[in-house]
Amino acid sequence: MNTTWSRFNVTSIVLGFAFLYLPIVLLIVFSFNESKLVTVWGGFSTKWYVSLFHNQGLMDATWVTARVGVISATVATVLGTLAALTLTRYTRFNGRVLFSGMVFAPLVMPEVITGLSLLLLFVAVGLDRGFFTVTLAHITLTMCFVAVVVQSRLVSFDRSLEEAAMDLGATPAKTFFQITLPVILPAIVSGWMLAFTLSLDDLVIASFTSGPGATTLPMKIYSQVRLGVTPEINAACTILIAVVAVGVIIASIANKRREVQRQLDEQAAQRG
Amino acid sequence: MSNIAVADAAAPPTAAKPFLTRLGAGFINRLVIIVPYLWLLFFFLIPFVIVFKISLSQTAIAMPPYTPVLDFSDGVSGFFAGFRDLNFDNYVWLTQDALYFKAYITSLIIAAISTVLTLLVGYPIAYGMARAPATIRPTLLMLVILPFWTSFLIRVYAWIGILKPEGLLNQLLLSLHIINQPLVILNTYTAIFIGIVYSYLPFMVLPLYSSLEKMDYSLIEAAKDLGCPPTAAFWKITFPLSLPGVIAGCLLVFIPAVGEFVIPDLLGGSQTLMIGKTLWNEFFANRDWPVSSAVAVILLLLLTVPIMLFQQAQARAQEQGK
Amino acid sequence: MKSLGSIRRDFAPWNDPNAKPYIQFDNVTKKFGDFTAVNNLSLTIFEREFFALLGASGCGKSTLLRMLAGFEEPTAGRILLDGQDLRGIPPYRRPVNMMFQSYALFPHMTVENNIAFGLKQEGMPKPDIEKRVAEMLKLVKLEQFAKRKPHQLSGGQRQRVALARSVAKRPKVLLLDEPLGALDKKLREETQFELMDLQQELGLTFVVVTHDQEEAMTMADRIAIMDKGEVMQVATPAEVYEAPASRFVAHFVGNVNMFEGKVAERSANTTRITGPSGAQIVVENGGAAAAANADIVFAIRPEKIKVSSKKPADAVNALEGEVYDVAYLGDMTVYHIRLDDGQIVRASALNAARVTEDPLTWNDRAWVSFRPDAGVVLAR
Repeated sequence: MNTTWSRFNVTSIVLGFAFLYLPIVLLIVFSFNESKLVTVWGGFSTKWYVSLFHNQGLMDATWVTARVGVISATVATVLGTLAALTLTRYTRFNGRVLFSGMVFAPLVMPEVITGLSLLLLFVAVGLDRGFFTVTLAHITLTMCFVAVVVQSRLVSFDRSLEEAAMDLGATPAKTFFQITLPVILPAIVSGWMLAFTLSLDDLVIASFTSGPGATTLPMKIYSQVRLGVTPEINAACTILIAVVAVGVIIASIANKRREVQRQLDEQAAQRG
Repeated sequence: MSNIAVADAAAPPTAAKPFLTRLGAGFINRLVIIVPYLWLLFFFLIPFVIVFKISLSQTAIAMPPYTPVLDFSDGVSGFFAGFRDLNFDNYVWLTQDALYFKAYITSLIIAAISTVLTLLVGYPIAYGMARAPATIRPTLLMLVILPFWTSFLIRVYAWIGILKPEGLLNQLLLSLHIINQPLVILNTYTAIFIGIVYSYLPFMVLPLYSSLEKMDYSLIEAAKDLGCPPTAAFWKITFPLSLPGVIAGCLLVFIPAVGEFVIPDLLGGSQTLMIGKTLWNEFFANRDWPVSSAVAVILLLLLTVPIMLFQQAQARAQEQGK
Repeated sequence: MKSLGSIRRDFAPWNDPNAKPYIQFDNVTKKFGDFTAVNNLSLTIFEREFFALLGASGCGKSTLLRMLAGFEEPTAGRILLDGQDLRGIPPYRRPVNMMFQSYALFPHMTVENNIAFGLKQEGMPKPDIEKRVAEMLKLVKLEQFAKRKPHQLSGGQRQRVALARSVAKRPKVLLLDEPLGALDKKLREETQFELMDLQQELGLTFVVVTHDQEEAMTMADRIAIMDKGEVMQVATPAEVYEAPASRFVAHFVGNVNMFEGKVAERSANTTRITGPSGAQIVVENGGAAAAANADIVFAIRPEKIKVSSKKPADAVNALEGEVYDVAYLGDMTVYHIRLDDGQIVRASALNAARVTEDPLTWNDRAWVSFRPDAGVVLAR
């Protein structure tokens, strides 16, 4: 579509984005509130951030979450990439319908069901609930998201690149590692980032599958939220938002830079 | 795979080396399929079988709190022998207590209303984005995706401070003298609607945007040229063409919203009834694993049709992408 | 038949019964499910030949090329290269390289790394690789672009990188899939001659797939015209044009007029044909046997037909009609003459002089005339 941007269009976008961002902005603003009453402004202060770093329970939970996130995102990226290759490259094998069902269903499955079923599996096979089981659960959930991200890149992948590599003497394995993997790497990286954030974010599945000593950050925040809104939680949330937002914004700016540079290069090349 | 075997059998002896490399390639091919396949079978499909099996067990004061205990130590035959002691008591229990029936119905209705509301809020945004100048479209897209990357829990939590009786919304409305008494929004169904629309908005906007953005604007111009006024052109051209996006977006919102736990728990308070919350309470508060399993099985059955529709929509989108 | 040979007159191994075939397709069939892409096809290509596979899309020419490269295995039949059966040999072990239609340049590698890719797979020592890459860059005149990535090149430069990469390994055969398809018209014409020079210089065997008849005519020693998975004719460009073997080939390459009729009388060299309206023409039959009263067709190219306002005195074949359409193209003028029996004849006249004394225009009465040996007799 390419046309004039009507007043209606602009208004709906402005209102929509105000709706999306205002609550987050307010949350961040009140994390700097001097008063303990979250909704009454009592002056600027960073004291809640200071007390945050003295909250040992919160710091422990952060450390658990970070480790679960890194490990599960890494394994999920490998498995999800394999699943994406299977979905795009092997169009005919026994059980393909079941396979694509198992990849897409977790995307929309209510978390309570996934969490409960995984817990019952871990109990049935006698795995003690804790760090390991949360990680396994997060791998299962996030590998499906990775698969979707990588698959959408593979669909537009020019297969003649692989044929050219083989034609020039590269074996299938070499072709995969020297050509296919480098070309789809950006999609794999964003798949990893998505998996990491989903793991960082998850409350429900972690609550079911975690055990003593493996309390994740969302679980910790949730248990405190249930007791009431406090500026300290606002501060914790602000830091989380900042970490993710900075990561995403840097990634997309870098991406945009590359894209612009590429366009400039192409234009220059066409001019000769 | 079988035609490769035939080709190799017919190959002359000089082709022995390629035969070996191809055997290797075939093995790797199979590994690519088998590893994620087995993982999903074991961690996604088998758990559902276990949920179903436990939903037929009896509650017990033990760990795990149900009998017969599902035990692989007797081997597979022992696992299946346990099925003899199963019964449908938990399902009968669900039908006898009106609470569960009400929770299912309420969840479906809340999810349906929220989906419609999300569509009403999301469509103008997606439409505006699709008609925005091409240069700023990527930025708008990023702004829609960005909240999705920030924690769901945090975004729901942010609304508590806004909606509670002494919260920011009431402060604003009171100071503007629009109302005299604080509105009670937190811990009502209204709060749940706001929470779902807010949290799931990106899931609705993204598929809508991608189907609207692909649309050729000259279709609208052609319709206008043929004498169709703008509003009619929207309903006769734009909206029908965006239907795949509408369907995908609605399914992406509806299915998870039915089983939603965090939003009803934090914004809906103790008075509101939704099935995700019921399941959670049954599991964590009452420690009744068999009943919560039965609740999950029924919920899954209710969602089978929407999930299959979603799969089909995904498969179609994948075909078109090629 | 009079000699209608190769332009490179000293190169015609296909006429030498003792010449050893280099590439042989033996009764090759390729099926994709129910669809037969290549149907029981046999073809011989000689060493150092520039061979073109010409046909519309879906005729099986690309499948033939991909079977030679090893991306597809024939369903039946065999392919021999220099006497060796290629069955079961994967693409990465075949002494054949391909230049892809999309060029398939590796986007994450520089120009020199793209060219070096195949050499590295061979395990060639590093100094040799550098030497060969420099040589290839010089060959395609891209020395100053060695460090660029593919997206920093223009379309013509990318095409030359793809070419350099595919000849770097000195393959026995170079396969080119629509090598000029993505270039604009002017660049395409220049590149045609560059490709021919390169083939001569390197002494390689080229097999090129194209749907552009002009491209095939310009570059190839011989052309195979394909339709529905079968070869319709294999011949030099001149033979394909002047002596098409079938109506399909005659129509496929260039423009043609078809005079249909029955054999009225035949001698050793000539045949008298009676058209549907009774008009008669006399043509040389090239020794083709056709029984009396058989239905036959005389195919003749537009430039072999002369148009005049008066009946030429000495013409063997002259038919009367009126001018239906005139198109002035600068270098030549194309006339469409509607004969009195209703048939429309296309004739083209080279505008050798700046002024024509007797210009014909719409609705003028006109005569078309041609020599008995100006076309070929084909079965209906």
